[in-house]
Amino acid sequence: MNGGAARLLRRIAPQLVTLAVILATIGFVFPGFFNIAFANERLYGSPIDILNRGAPVALLAIGMTLVIATRGIDLSVGAVMAICGAIAASAITAGYGLPLTLLMALGAGIACGLWNGLLVAVLGIQPIVATLILMVAGRGIAQLITEGAILTFNDAGLAYVGSGSFAALPMPAVLWLSVGVAVALLVRRTALGMLIEAVGVNRRASSLAGVSSRLLLITVYAISGLCAALAGIIVAADIRGADANNAGLFLELDAILAVVVGGTSLLGGRFSIIASLIGAMIIQSVNTGILVAGFPPEFNLVIKACIVLAILVLQSPALYGAAILLRRTS
Amino acid sequence: MSESQALLRTEGLTKTFPGTRALDAVDFDLRAGEVHALLGENGAGKSTLIKCLTGAYRRDAGEILLEGAPIDPRDTQDALALGIGTVYQEVNLLPNLSVAENLLLGRQPRRVGLVRRRAMNDRARAMLARYGLSIDVTRNLDAYSVAIQQIVAIARAVSMSGRVLILDEPTASLDRDEVAMLFDVVRGLRDNGLGIIFISHFLDQVFEIADRVTVLRNGRLVGVHDIGGLDRLRLVNLMLGRELAEETRETGRGGIDYDAAPRLRFSGTGRRGAIAPFDLDVHRGEVIGVAGLLGSGRTETAELMFGAAPMDCGSVTSEGRPLRLASPRDAIGAGFGFSPEDRKTSGIIGDMSVRENIVLALQARQGWLRRVPMRRQRELADDFIKRLDIRTSDAEKPIGELSGGNQQKALLARWLATNPEFLILDEPTRGIDVGAHAEIIRMIEELCASGMSLLVISAELDELVAYSHRVIVVRDRVHVAELVGEAITTDAIVKAIARPAAEAGENAR
Amino acid sequence: MIAKTLLGAGLLASMTLLSSAALAQTVGFSQIGSESGWRAAETTVTRQEAEKRGIDLKFADAQQKQENQIKAIRSFVAQGVDAILLAPVVATGWDAVLQEAKEAEIPVILLDRMVDSDKDLYLTAVGSDLVHEGEVAGKWLVDEVGDRECNVVELQGTTGSSPAIDRKKGFEQAIADASNIKIVRSQTGDFTRAKGKEVMESFLKAEGGDTICALYAHNDDMAVGAIQAIKEAGLKPGSDILVVSIDAVPDIFQAMAAGEANATVELTPNMAGPAFDALAKYQADGTEPPKFIQTESKLYTQADDPMKVYEEKKSQGY
Repeated sequence: MNGGAARLLRRIAPQLVTLAVILATIGFVFPGFFNIAFANERLYGSPIDILNRGAPVALLAIGMTLVIATRGIDLSVGAVMAICGAIAASAITAGYGLPLTLLMALGAGIACGLWNGLLVAVLGIQPIVATLILMVAGRGIAQLITEGAILTFNDAGLAYVGSGSFAALPMPAVLWLSVGVAVALLVRRTALGMLIEAVGVNRRASSLAGVSSRLLLITVYAISGLCAALAGIIVAADIRGADANNAGLFLELDAILAVVVGGTSLLGGRFSIIASLIGAMIIQSVNTGILVAGFPPEFNLVIKACIVLAILVLQSPALYGAAILLRRTS
Repeated sequence: MSESQALLRTEGLTKTFPGTRALDAVDFDLRAGEVHALLGENGAGKSTLIKCLTGAYRRDAGEILLEGAPIDPRDTQDALALGIGTVYQEVNLLPNLSVAENLLLGRQPRRVGLVRRRAMNDRARAMLARYGLSIDVTRNLDAYSVAIQQIVAIARAVSMSGRVLILDEPTASLDRDEVAMLFDVVRGLRDNGLGIIFISHFLDQVFEIADRVTVLRNGRLVGVHDIGGLDRLRLVNLMLGRELAEETRETGRGGIDYDAAPRLRFSGTGRRGAIAPFDLDVHRGEVIGVAGLLGSGRTETAELMFGAAPMDCGSVTSEGRPLRLASPRDAIGAGFGFSPEDRKTSGIIGDMSVRENIVLALQARQGWLRRVPMRRQRELADDFIKRLDIRTSDAEKPIGELSGGNQQKALLARWLATNPEFLILDEPTRGIDVGAHAEIIRMIEELCASGMSLLVISAELDELVAYSHRVIVVRDRVHVAELVGEAITTDAIVKAIARPAAEAGENAR
Repeated sequence: MIAKTLLGAGLLASMTLLSSAALAQTVGFSQIGSESGWRAAETTVTRQEAEKRGIDLKFADAQQKQENQIKAIRSFVAQGVDAILLAPVVATGWDAVLQEAKEAEIPVILLDRMVDSDKDLYLTAVGSDLVHEGEVAGKWLVDEVGDRECNVVELQGTTGSSPAIDRKKGFEQAIADASNIKIVRSQTGDFTRAKGKEVMESFLKAEGGDTICALYAHNDDMAVGAIQAIKEAGLKPGSDILVVSIDAVPDIFQAMAAGEANATVELTPNMAGPAFDALAKYQADGTEPPKFIQTESKLYTQADDPMKVYEEKKSQGY
């Protein structure tokens, strides 16, 4: 097991270093950044904000990692967030009660995932096209549910999911951390992870070796839908309202970016959920850092793009190879 | 041109990789106007030598001389410009472009920046005419057989380089007629003064086409010989550094009790457009060989029997009980295993480790919930690596980095790990080196002795004769003949393949 | 959506029969669609205003497509309506169809948004002045804080959008003379509730909650999000931190009723009222209205019975 831990550390080392460098840079620019206080029975401070605000992208990244490992991609997660947030908001205002509301919203997420999975695995549509359908239609569906306006609610139970705290941590952080650990354990303690990787590397060979790749693909998209549903519920619960126009908008891109920064190849195969989660935290650190730094907003996207470019260049295999070469020649 | 003048020469060529010395001070010379075969087991250094010549690798030491002048190709483009062209086993052209575009890609005749399509097609036709090939050059490359694609690749390489042509296992996926066609082309080029380096595992072909032979072993030069002064056994000995106990047997084997109830019975199973309905009983401890030309329906037979291509008629029983074979999972559940013909696209999971590749089928059968414990995975992998002599630094190495023969052995291990009762092997010895070849044949014999039933497809008839109890001959998607025991000879198989269908049906068995 | 189009088409069809016999005025209204709550309210209020004046309103929903709007205007012209209201989805490409309306001597009044056509092609345009909205918000703050030192944080709209630019400009103009008020942080919240909350959180961290005296948000949605962030930081929005925003959507009135927001500037959905008034004068004695009629940017505070306004607004279809 020790060997396994060492291997994991080696795998996520580049991401950890990147995260540390970014946090250190923010801390340098804004010295009060690491101050953490305890108030209202929870920890309070910018690092906690990163854990809290990073929840949607982190959750999406969990599902996206599995999908990408099968050489797929799920563009619909942002729209699925909007659908599930809208369903949660309308169910709670219709008086269904918290358990049923959560069940309905999560169930809708799974249903969306199954739809994607069927298109990809059974009909053989390319993942980028198959999930594009729901990406476009999904936001429309969400808008139909909320009738175009922000559907607000005042249920304290549902709001707790978005802005409550548990064990001194904000609830969204608790949720993504536990889902992340649960899914990471699920794929590594069972054979799911290995079979997903096998299907991602060579679907035909895997099928001939008896792997039920069709079922596996559907499962992976369903997990992605479920993660998106939870992210959607959190976002809606956070602002106590379902904003169908804006909830999860462009978040699929951040999720894909988190997976890529986490070092999982878009060509499928080897994946690491933990690395993707660190990737999500890297992205959120950049976002929070930009907000804290107080640059004019016109610079936000440019700064973010430059940092992401730097990260990807630093992690690129070509540079890695050059570094090894340099070390050997010196 | 004088015989002694070397066209391409290496002196003391050395290349090391972490842990291995792939080439150790190798001297090699190629004359203009000869076909020079480069032989050796996988790992002997053939591909490393080629890659140094074509600039894919940078050598660590030594000289490369082209017509006496030292050269230092930085990449394959550079090598092409110097006059060294290469054609690989897997044609690396663009299948979705036309033949003409493939031939002239990057050098199309242009007028004001636009490709002059007609001029391009005319030029392509003229190029191919030199090789006795008259085909529609406007069709996509993948509309043609692999042999034609190879010739197109050769034509492209020769037109761009023109002095040295390297053929890296060009015949591996060709049938007999296609090989003959290719060899005509090669001879023509040789007579025009090209120096040709030819790499192949098929010794017959080496004797047929080569003028001289260079043998490598473990990165070292073993010797250079004129083909006239060599016999087959001597050559194999040079390559292996040891004697092969017995190369072939004369006739097939007996000893199967055909009156006993069969293990499996396929009755009238077939699939429209793939293979006509056939009956086939599979007995305990029996090796059934399947012979036929490429595209005759032999692979389709295997895929049908494994559930990879569902049957649309007929039925299957196992030990007398009906068996459903709608998918590979059904087949695996019934104790089947299947090593497909195309190792790279249908067999190995390239980026994954040898261990994971070996465990995969067992794990898939157990289901994702019941993971094979890591310790057991390691045991299995290490055990098979030892038993099948899989050459790898360790079990965690990605299988894609192994040589073809070792990949094949790992695939065999994948199925042996599931303890199958019936193993289907489609071309298990294609494109692998002599040593691994012999070991796989030995494995087949051992497995059937232990009671396993096997169905083996091979284009190597000697090989089929050596291990089969029965041989099914397939032609034009029909099982046309069945030879048993002593009736199995190379001659008989060839005759069955060549005989018209009506006659064959009567004379089977 | 489909139902609405069918309804629109049905109305148009039945209108052909009515128009010759109609005694009352007939006005065609080409609406962009129903992409936001405010847009829906504009449609509702326009209908109410027409009814109040006994005007027969022909409504056509363009579903965000200019070609649908052009089609609708052509059919209004063909039916010989007395006037046309147009809320244009884009600014360009209207010359030809406006020319057709002009030749048919049907006055066109633009609502809410402007077009890049020649001013002669339409009677007038009714809309709000974005800079003025910012000024009203800024002026309220100047009056509210008096001589106190006041550090303001600003939630901007989507970077580069004209409401974000103009509402920022107006607010800055209004506080320019008050040296005690200064904007200490300004960041975009993309007009959304979620971003408003997230950015407010970072403001509170960066500046420290007790040094911030007021929040100015370019729309109410961001303010509603920010109010939650302030509450979660253990501060009282509305008293510890003053909250002023723009738009006057129903939810902000709820917050005002709870004492959590202080003021909002209304972007009125009633564009049709002034339009109909100008039209009536023009038809009565040919008075040419000015080419731009600015709607009132009304300030609402906690003193304005926010709950009542909330109910009123809700009924308008926000």
